[in-house]
Amino acid sequence: MTKSTASFINIGERTNVTGSAKFKKLIVDGRFDEALTVALQQVESGAQIIDINMDEGMLDSEAAMVRFLNLIAAEPDIARVPIMIDSSKWSIIEAGLKCVQGKAIVNSISLKEGEEAFLYHARKVMRYGAAAVVMAFDEEGQADTANRKFEICERSYNLLVNKIGFPPEDIIFDPNIFAVATGIEEHNNYGVEFIDATRRIKQNLPHAHVSGGVSNVSFSFRGNEPVREAMHTVFLYHAIQAGMDMGIVNAGQLGIYDEIEPDLRERVEDVILNRREDATERLLEIAERYRGDAGKKKEEDLSWRELPVKERLTHSLVKGINAFIEEDTEAARALADKPLDVIEGPLMDGMNVVGDLFGSGKMFLPQVVKSARVMKQAVAYLMPFMEEEKRRTGAEQNKAAARILMATVKGDVHDIGKNIVGVVLQCNNFEVIDLGVMVPAAKILEIARAEKVDVIGLSGLITPSLDEMCHVAAEMEREGFDIPLLIGGATTSRIHTAVKVHPNYKRGQAIYVTDASRAVGVVSQLISENTKVSYIDDVRDEYKKMAAAHANARQTKERQPIEKARENRLKIEWQGYVPTKPTFLGTKVFEDYPLDKLVPYIDWTPFFATWELAGQYPQILTDDKIGEAATSLFEDAQEMLKQMVEEKWLRASAVIGFWPANAIGDDIELYADDTRVETRAMLHSLRQQMVRGKSDRANMALADFIAPKETGIADYVGGFAVTTGHGEDEIAKQFADKLDDYKSILSKALADRLAEALAEHMHERVRREFWAYAADEKLSNADLIGEKYQGVRPAPGYPAQPDHTEKKTLFELLDAEAAAGIKLTESYAMWPGAAVSGFYFSHPQSEYFGVGRIERDQVVDYAARKGMTLAECERWLAPILNYTPVVDEGDAAA
Amino acid sequence: MNRDERIARLKSDIKNRVLVLDGAMGTMIQGYKLTEADFRGDRFKDHPVDLKGDNELIGLVRPDILRDIHLEYFRAGADIAETNTFGATVIAQGDYQLESVSYEMNVESAKIAREAAAIVESEEPGRVCYVAGVLGPTNRTASISPKVSDPGFRNVSFDELREAYKDSTRGLIEGGSDLILVETIFDTLNAKAALFAVSEVFEELGFELPVMISGTITDMSGRLLSGQTPEAFWNSVSHVKPFSIGLNCALGAKEMRPHVHTLSRIAGVNVSAHPNAGLPNEMGEYDETPDQMAKLVSEFASSGLVNIVGGCCGTTPGHIHAIAEAVKKIPPRDLPDIEPRLRLSGLEPFTGA
Repeated sequence: MTKSTASFINIGERTNVTGSAKFKKLIVDGRFDEALTVALQQVESGAQIIDINMDEGMLDSEAAMVRFLNLIAAEPDIARVPIMIDSSKWSIIEAGLKCVQGKAIVNSISLKEGEEAFLYHARKVMRYGAAAVVMAFDEEGQADTANRKFEICERSYNLLVNKIGFPPEDIIFDPNIFAVATGIEEHNNYGVEFIDATRRIKQNLPHAHVSGGVSNVSFSFRGNEPVREAMHTVFLYHAIQAGMDMGIVNAGQLGIYDEIEPDLRERVEDVILNRREDATERLLEIAERYRGDAGKKKEEDLSWRELPVKERLTHSLVKGINAFIEEDTEAARALADKPLDVIEGPLMDGMNVVGDLFGSGKMFLPQVVKSARVMKQAVAYLMPFMEEEKRRTGAEQNKAAARILMATVKGDVHDIGKNIVGVVLQCNNFEVIDLGVMVPAAKILEIARAEKVDVIGLSGLITPSLDEMCHVAAEMEREGFDIPLLIGGATTSRIHTAVKVHPNYKRGQAIYVTDASRAVGVVSQLISENTKVSYIDDVRDEYKKMAAAHANARQTKERQPIEKARENRLKIEWQGYVPTKPTFLGTKVFEDYPLDKLVPYIDWTPFFATWELAGQYPQILTDDKIGEAATSLFEDAQEMLKQMVEEKWLRASAVIGFWPANAIGDDIELYADDTRVETRAMLHSLRQQMVRGKSDRANMALADFIAPKETGIADYVGGFAVTTGHGEDEIAKQFADKLDDYKSILSKALADRLAEALAEHMHERVRREFWAYAADEKLSNADLIGEKYQGVRPAPGYPAQPDHTEKKTLFELLDAEAAAGIKLTESYAMWPGAAVSGFYFSHPQSEYFGVGRIERDQVVDYAARKGMTLAECERWLAPILNYTPVVDEGDAAA
Repeated sequence: MNRDERIARLKSDIKNRVLVLDGAMGTMIQGYKLTEADFRGDRFKDHPVDLKGDNELIGLVRPDILRDIHLEYFRAGADIAETNTFGATVIAQGDYQLESVSYEMNVESAKIAREAAAIVESEEPGRVCYVAGVLGPTNRTASISPKVSDPGFRNVSFDELREAYKDSTRGLIEGGSDLILVETIFDTLNAKAALFAVSEVFEELGFELPVMISGTITDMSGRLLSGQTPEAFWNSVSHVKPFSIGLNCALGAKEMRPHVHTLSRIAGVNVSAHPNAGLPNEMGEYDETPDQMAKLVSEFASSGLVNIVGGCCGTTPGHIHAIAEAVKKIPPRDLPDIEPRLRLSGLEPFTGA
């Protein structure tokens, strides 16, 4: 038999929720039509097979897989190619296999759970008529050396071919591509190990194929696409020669080996083939040179300084340059009759340009905030002259277009979004009175009356704030206000405003504002006599329709009785399971944790989201539309982060703890010590009540992850509270006082990221070191962000346990206030704001899930277990109730 | 001769000559001009819905007619009878509210075909007649939405089909089928559910029967209704290592030929073809005469494209007799050696290195 010439098969990777933020968002939002265009684009750009993965904690992944495959079946231009059904869950794979008429590939099966499970899955694959990706993974773990890779593949091959007659040509081995040049010496040989293993597989295991996820190899160079592309090209050049015949790739992004610039190629090749000890350093040395245009330091062009002063001011405002602002403002003042003319003339003209560019999507939030900084500094420069003018002539100050009061409601401490909205409004000549955070309703109304404000804006991030906003609205109604009430912040929504806030404030109007970029438009319409009435009519009309639609939708959300849901709990096989005992019981405190350790753990994508720049890091830096704004923001962030770390602007503290625990029904009992006699605390969990129908998904509660008391198994639960927020308010205030809102907001956004990074880092140490149930874990950063580790760290108030009040128990257990200086507000927000807390669960089957909406039967039971009244419980759980609670007179007034 | 011996004989026969399948069942039954009362018989006289047209019911109410039709085809020269179970699944019988007798229909229809085979075997010593238990496509499609406005919708699931097919398969085997024939496949996913079910039943029983698979190219697009090309279709079902792969219905022999040729080239198993008697005329009737059809079909054999031939809509014992005579002396197609390669499919085939 002649060896057929190797032709490499491209498998499209973009229809994967774990690898593409864009695709994930489309699927999570239910925009399947648009998701289909991603699949189509893959096929059109040369993918010969498309990989489809719906493994996302917040999704009903099985339903998403079925729906997407069924929709693809109706699109001949996509359906013409074979499908690779990709999931770490067999049930999802099987659901997918039941939807495709073609011969598909299953990705993947392996010896991870032993021979029995492996052969069971393989037989099913045969019966469904599919090929299979077989990972080099066995009972011991994922193979990282060529020997282990080959041994596992050979063992898999023999079992498949000789024991059950699996066609060898339908076996596709994935011997694991791992990141190289990570700075960790033992990773350096990963490329070589893969290539060696590939060669041995192709020589010894006839007809089998070799595939892999190519982009993993260059993970440590994320953000530098040219270098990554070169790494992929060089890697494939060698791997294909060794026999690799398929790969999951972004087909459009593969280069040509011979066309890589020789110096870069040599250094990349040194890294891939591990040819010299300093290979990584040598590649790093030159990597920056190749970074995309967006990252290039531009030569400073000062030719704009030759322009007339009016245009210079506009240039400074649009570009956010404050180096010349006082000089230029002074020049403009010298030309003007009075100082106010400078503001109303050239400065406002410049800001109007900014407003237009922002409005048309050509400027982005971070840039606008920088413009505002320049504007503020110009106005500040003019203030003394205007005071002088006023004293001399008695003339009135210029009147702002409108006066807006802004506040983060009582119980909540989050203010980044509110501050951004404030800045954007100020840029547009609105006067903003910012009352800060944790502002009680009475104070909001008092100031609003005294200052004769035109609009009130409320902000909040945690779910109990929703309730507080309803309360403020009711108070406004009671006190006879009729000015517009704007609602914004992460947990707020149009539907909540329409259904819950709006009915409380009939006299005026509550209006939901999506984000900062909408705020100006909304406020402008509200204060203009021409548009106000019709705008409010439109909003009322819309909210009425939404409320009606919501009422209908509510009725169709089918829930099952809690008892039924409990019968369908996650049934972990406890027999034979031995939980790892943590290395200590009780708590451990970390004071002044080194910030530099946290930097590598920062997940940057949410940072950009804070600034309303949507996209996955690092791709966002090279995005056609927002890449420039994102890169500039990122550079400023890096600079400040460096200072933050070096000069210790923030103090990081953490406390973690572990306790013996067993589940009792939906609760988890914690014990004082391992004798398990004295109860230390009781955690309560909420259970999913959605009707599962034919799906075999469980109705989960966190308690399912802990061994039930009756098993007699000694299980454990952990908890943590971390903050990097000590000092954040002071730093932010210092910047604000210097009229630098941009840096003020930036510093808070970075503090938030560091807190998340500390939580991630601490979780890793817990897994490897303190609880040590995964002592050998080796994960790349992508794996960390993709949550590929064992165990979870759900936080009270978030989807797996939506009840914020459980934080109280957690904080008592940890003594978090004394240990880490983190306080809880009356709404269970943490102060400082840059803080994260949660519980640790270690069982391999524990996962993130969303409780979703729950029924009254569970709430009644839960209230009894927690020792709360039903009404109190319903108030805390309001956002997830699947019914409208009956409110008695006494509560209505509260 | 027991079933194992017959299967062994079938496997040797197929190497030596072109085997002949029987022809249309529906038109033969229509020839008896049965009335609603005939279809009901005594047993179903109070059934709430009309039963005329439920041809699969004949095995229960008029077994004599069914036996006579099978006898006619065997005597005309057919080697393999197709059981009268095209629409006997639980799903298809839903149209007549007769789900409860679906299993019995499969058992009885197979029994009657087997009886006819035994009669002919005793009439012509040395001859062996085979019975293929038929699994039809049902009236639903697992990969096509019946709602134009909702392409993601399905009115039947893989598992529902699988359960229905398992039930029918058990009945067909219990009644004495020598082979299983999954035929008139217009949606490959339905066929995959059927084949999955068949392999589950084989596992249950601890033995296997030869499996024949026959798809339907619906029109001149050259594809199944669900969009697959013949090669993509073969890649989707080849995992069951069938006794034969082939095509039937919708087209006449002339229109079917290029697709039979394709299967003949790519499949390392026997190839079958049982076309209609030409394309229907304006009245929906088939005009091709036995001689015309025999000429076209025997050309498939003489060109080395097929191992099994027969007829579908519009064919009669006359057609089958002409075809059997025409292919009698023609050697069967040699099975090609197909190189083992990764052969996948969407709507189109994809062959890896």
